[in-house]
Amino acid sequence: MNTVTAGPTSAAPFQPESAPDYLPAAILRELQLGRLRSIVERAWSNVPLHRTRMTERGIEPGDLQSLDDIAALPFTTKTDLRDTYPFGLFASPMQDIVRLHASSGTTGKPIVVAYTRQDVDVWTSVMVRSFAMCGLHAGDIVQNAYGYGLFTGGLGAHYGAEGLGATVIPISGGNTDRQIMVMRDFGVTAVCCTPSYFLHLIERAGQLGVDIRELPVRAGVFGAEPWTASMRKRIESAAGIQAFDIYGLSEVIGPGVAVECPHQDGLHIFEDHFYPEIVDPESGRVLPEGEEGELVLTTLSKQAMPMIRYRTRDITALMPGACPCGRSLRRMRRIGRRSDDMLIVRGVNVFPSQLEAALLEVEGTLPHYQIILTCQHGLDQIEVQVEVTPEMFSDQIGVLERLNQRISDALEHVLGIRAQVTLVEPLTIQRSEGKARRVIDRRRVQP
Amino acid sequence: MKLHQLSVFSENKPGHVIAPCRLLAREGIDIRALSLADTERFGILRMIVSDWRRAKDLLEQAGSVVKITEVLAVEVPDHPGGLADVLEAFIGTAINIEYMYAFPFVRGEKAVLIFRFDQPDAAIARLQERGFQVLSSGALEER
Repeated sequence: MNTVTAGPTSAAPFQPESAPDYLPAAILRELQLGRLRSIVERAWSNVPLHRTRMTERGIEPGDLQSLDDIAALPFTTKTDLRDTYPFGLFASPMQDIVRLHASSGTTGKPIVVAYTRQDVDVWTSVMVRSFAMCGLHAGDIVQNAYGYGLFTGGLGAHYGAEGLGATVIPISGGNTDRQIMVMRDFGVTAVCCTPSYFLHLIERAGQLGVDIRELPVRAGVFGAEPWTASMRKRIESAAGIQAFDIYGLSEVIGPGVAVECPHQDGLHIFEDHFYPEIVDPESGRVLPEGEEGELVLTTLSKQAMPMIRYRTRDITALMPGACPCGRSLRRMRRIGRRSDDMLIVRGVNVFPSQLEAALLEVEGTLPHYQIILTCQHGLDQIEVQVEVTPEMFSDQIGVLERLNQRISDALEHVLGIRAQVTLVEPLTIQRSEGKARRVIDRRRVQP
Repeated sequence: MKLHQLSVFSENKPGHVIAPCRLLAREGIDIRALSLADTERFGILRMIVSDWRRAKDLLEQAGSVVKITEVLAVEVPDHPGGLADVLEAFIGTAINIEYMYAFPFVRGEKAVLIFRFDQPDAAIARLQERGFQVLSSGALEER
């Protein structure tokens, strides 16, 4: 096999950029308050929407005396970004903006986000700190399989890995066979992509006779979609790597809002740039530490497009207590689900993550699956297609029928409704090169 | 003694069984015996082929899920009651027949059946003890 020996693999050297990770809490809070005041002032002065909303509530930037006062500020939602499309929330004139990104816009218009030179620098620094937290360092060879382009994943990870001093392979998403060839031939030590795409890479590598466990790859930095602890276990054992969860969203900056340290117990939020709150998704009330709710983020340093109390739709909790890694940055639990992901089937709330957990329970591993919703005679029907894997396949009909039954029972147990389970041939469910498309909803008539 | 049977998962949809058959044909692999077990929603295509290792690789590369199972080819006298005699050999034993299907060619006066036993080694011993001929894959070539 043609592999190159990578650079140092011992404990990562301390990165100067990581210093803010260890700020004493009191100093961090003071820094946050100072930055919050100036960002709210900036939004007030430059963005009509923020000014109008604050005026309606009778609030002025000067009213912010403590961090808790943030709860009085109005929320910003994705709808606000759509309504002000394309540039309505920008706080900088175009000549100061060096970069625009946009969401894929699966429903209606995309949302557009902007960066000044300073914003790009901040983004780079949080991505450098993210990679450093995952134990990456100069000498690592990073295969960046996030999509390059309007999506923030590709360039965000690129700048961060390059800023760290690692060697970046800007391969972008797609062309799976070439990804595997590059991973093997270039001596790749770390990979960035969506977790579902990495699972696809593992699967394809197996078909090509490449065992990723035998390659120098030792870390994966995966994000842009929620994934379960079991999916991580599967990735780590099948690829022989440590798989880190990274979190971010374009509206706030892109990847690099929060990431796991090697203890893999929650994601440290880069609080010197992003102020987190957890709120009740229904009432908007701020919830105490440890309680689960919707993550709300305020950008503390973003110039081109300050986000005030942005509703992420991601469900998580802030974790009490200190992390053994010594960082003072608070941690949030891994995002298991988004409030947007919720499906309502026959009036019952269904989260794809619950279904995934049930499949794992039956199978021990997570097969490729897809949820198909249809409406027959006015009644919602839920079908779960599951690809047959070599482990579950048998030459005996009875064994497969019992498996089908077990999956069906497990789903009914977690969902409370009966789902039609269909075993399908391998590779028949479409693979994603970005975020996995787990749900096909055919209930609504196509416009 | 034991033959390697390939089982391939197939959805019960028009055209789904053709693809593996075509693939093997293109590669010059002969399908000696075949049985399709099906339910309303899916099926299992079971085959005895001329080169099972290559067939397995080819099918897997094409994305199929393939399972190899050891089965026995047993000569059965081609007259009424021939099959019953073979089955009778297992009454009172702990050996179970999971399924069986016929080999499409007749060897002289004998028919050949493919059996999937839960304990193939015990089944071989029992069959031989009762004087039945268990065929090797070589013997199938001579048909």
